[in-house]
Amino acid sequence: MNVASELSLLQQTVLIAAALVLFLSFVLLAQPRLLAAIRAFAWQGGLLALITGLVATVNAEAHLFVSALLTLALKAILIPWMLHRLTRRLELERHLEAVKHAAFVQIVAVALVLFSYWLVLPIIQQDLGFTRNIVAVSLAVVLLGLWVMITRQQAVFQVLGFMSIENGLFLAAVSATEGMPLVVELGIAFDVLVAMVLFGVFFLRIHNSIDSLDVDRLNRLHERLEDSR
Amino acid sequence: MNMLAWLLLTPVASACVLAMVRSLHAAGWMNVTASLVTLVASVLLAIQVAGSGEIVSAYFLIDAFNVYLIVLTSFVGLTTAIFSRPYMAYVHETGMTDTRGLRLYHAMYQAFMFTMLLALTTDNIGVLWVAVEGATLATVLLVSLYRTPEAIEAAWKYFILCGVGIALALFGTVLLYFAAQHSDGWSDASLAWSELYQHSAGLEPVVTSLAFVFLLVGYGTKVGLVPMHQWLPDAHSEGPTPMSAVLSGLLLNVALYAIVRIKMLVDGSMAGTGTPQLAGWLLMGFGLTSFLVASLFLHRQRDIKRMFSYSSIEHMGLMTFAFGLGGPLATFGALLHMLVHSLTKSAIFVTVGHAAHIAGTQNIDNIRGLIRTQPAVGWGLLLGVAAIAGFPPFGVFTSEFLLLTATMDSQPWFTVALLSGLAIAFAGLFRHLHPMVYGVAPEGQVPVPANMIPVAIHLLIVLVLGFAIPDVLAGWIDRATLLITGAHWL
Repeated sequence: MNVASELSLLQQTVLIAAALVLFLSFVLLAQPRLLAAIRAFAWQGGLLALITGLVATVNAEAHLFVSALLTLALKAILIPWMLHRLTRRLELERHLEAVKHAAFVQIVAVALVLFSYWLVLPIIQQDLGFTRNIVAVSLAVVLLGLWVMITRQQAVFQVLGFMSIENGLFLAAVSATEGMPLVVELGIAFDVLVAMVLFGVFFLRIHNSIDSLDVDRLNRLHERLEDSR
Repeated sequence: MNMLAWLLLTPVASACVLAMVRSLHAAGWMNVTASLVTLVASVLLAIQVAGSGEIVSAYFLIDAFNVYLIVLTSFVGLTTAIFSRPYMAYVHETGMTDTRGLRLYHAMYQAFMFTMLLALTTDNIGVLWVAVEGATLATVLLVSLYRTPEAIEAAWKYFILCGVGIALALFGTVLLYFAAQHSDGWSDASLAWSELYQHSAGLEPVVTSLAFVFLLVGYGTKVGLVPMHQWLPDAHSEGPTPMSAVLSGLLLNVALYAIVRIKMLVDGSMAGTGTPQLAGWLLMGFGLTSFLVASLFLHRQRDIKRMFSYSSIEHMGLMTFAFGLGGPLATFGALLHMLVHSLTKSAIFVTVGHAAHIAGTQNIDNIRGLIRTQPAVGWGLLLGVAAIAGFPPFGVFTSEFLLLTATMDSQPWFTVALLSGLAIAFAGLFRHLHPMVYGVAPEGQVPVPANMIPVAIHLLIVLVLGFAIPDVLAGWIDRATLLITGAHWL
């Protein structure tokens, strides 16, 4: 069993950064202001790049530096910038979305974190070095991203949830397996980028179609019994 | 190797070119030509594999299991392209989409074919994930091609549900990679499936079982397993019909292919534990649930394309169940069922596309008297549904019969559930079908230009497969069975 005092300064920094990534997921869950949420997401991406860079330094893995740079460019700069531009274009800067049942949402979120620790226990028991905690954190970030998508009705928030799921997955890959093979990582980055472009297209189409980005109002396609189009 | 390059590069190159071709006429023909080249390449590749057994290279693995799916994919890709040429021209005339939309459609059609073929040929399960996600991205804009509020909603749902589902599959992939890195005696662990398979006995069973749950939920979303199936009927009913045909006929197969490949790894890893069949049980549970729920939902559908998409869920559930059951007989049946279901279902969607144009609606209540207005379409629909419902002379009957026999062999009680599910689905299909085909045609209903040759070819193949499976094909499927279960059936 490693205790914190046995870890080097670099390793402790990684752990703190991972904790902050998780904290930012909670922020995404609670933040009613759109622009602030986008900023929180950008910070999450930045921290992720930092973690990747540090793990790369600790383990002296060259290809992890590439993915650190890729993360920084994509998750911390490009995607937040695109989301920011879209919000301005759709005039949503002042958009405030009250979080319904805030206390309940946060309690469930805490329960999800505990659940992910419980779920990855068998993995943590394997010898993982100092990154063992981060696997649990990354699963928690994935589940919290899902929870954001469930609790938020607004399309931009849903995309933030979606993208933070990707962040969690990336964190898992970095911490558990020291990154995926480079081909796979490039492919994933490409997919994320295309997904972001498509989300942008969809914001405009949804906005044109229902004059709002409240996806709860996308409800025409139920199992229609009394329907004659 | 050369054929492989042709197979993968043709769709990529034509997607790039088609994105720039303005003329609808030229684009339609180019789409057909590209699909034809892909099909020729895939057949030549299959002959090559038949000679040498399997092809393993740095990034690709072609064996008996995926080569038959590759040929099937490019074949359905070609016939659907033939159908889509006049169909999309008609859509353009009616003003449902503009020239830009059609350029997007043709480019994305080829891009989708590329992702399907990449997912099938790649040896790397990480690249497999990238390709399956890429398939979502390629088709999501096509689902909303008509820009109606319903279409946009369907596309959004498709995007979000499949995106999240596939994200869970990536987590599973990371876990598998982790298990590979921590297995004994494997220093340079990779995500190559062939290497993972060789080392599968050394993978930590606790980790692989956890990984399998994530991968099953992830790829299961794409297969349309209940309860992750919500996107499927929407995407099928709102997208253009050629898209529904390839989604049902190809995408679902490829996602199931991914699950079966991963089950092979997990089975290898779990072999020494107390629950060696855990993966199989999970597949059986999900499969049977999907099968029964979908056959019930068939009854209450009002939209013809929604109805047939539920029929797809039902059949995918049946196949998932059979792969979970394991054993050479069930696996042989499931592989055959994959083939005949793809052919029949894409033929049905093609026919439905014409039927919806004749009636001017997709609402079942307003589609009447097809056989009077346009006998070819009416007969096509009738025969297609008879085939998919499992009527004897058709191939679907053969495969379902094999599956039932296998179930009777190993888990007799499940036969009751399967038989009642089949009966319910049969009733659901025919109660809607009868008035659509034989009902009184409304005044002024006129035939539309329809190309029924692809339908005829598909149904003919399915019919022939019902009478006799050619030696070549049977040997092929048997080799795939050997690969998956470790035993011959024939």
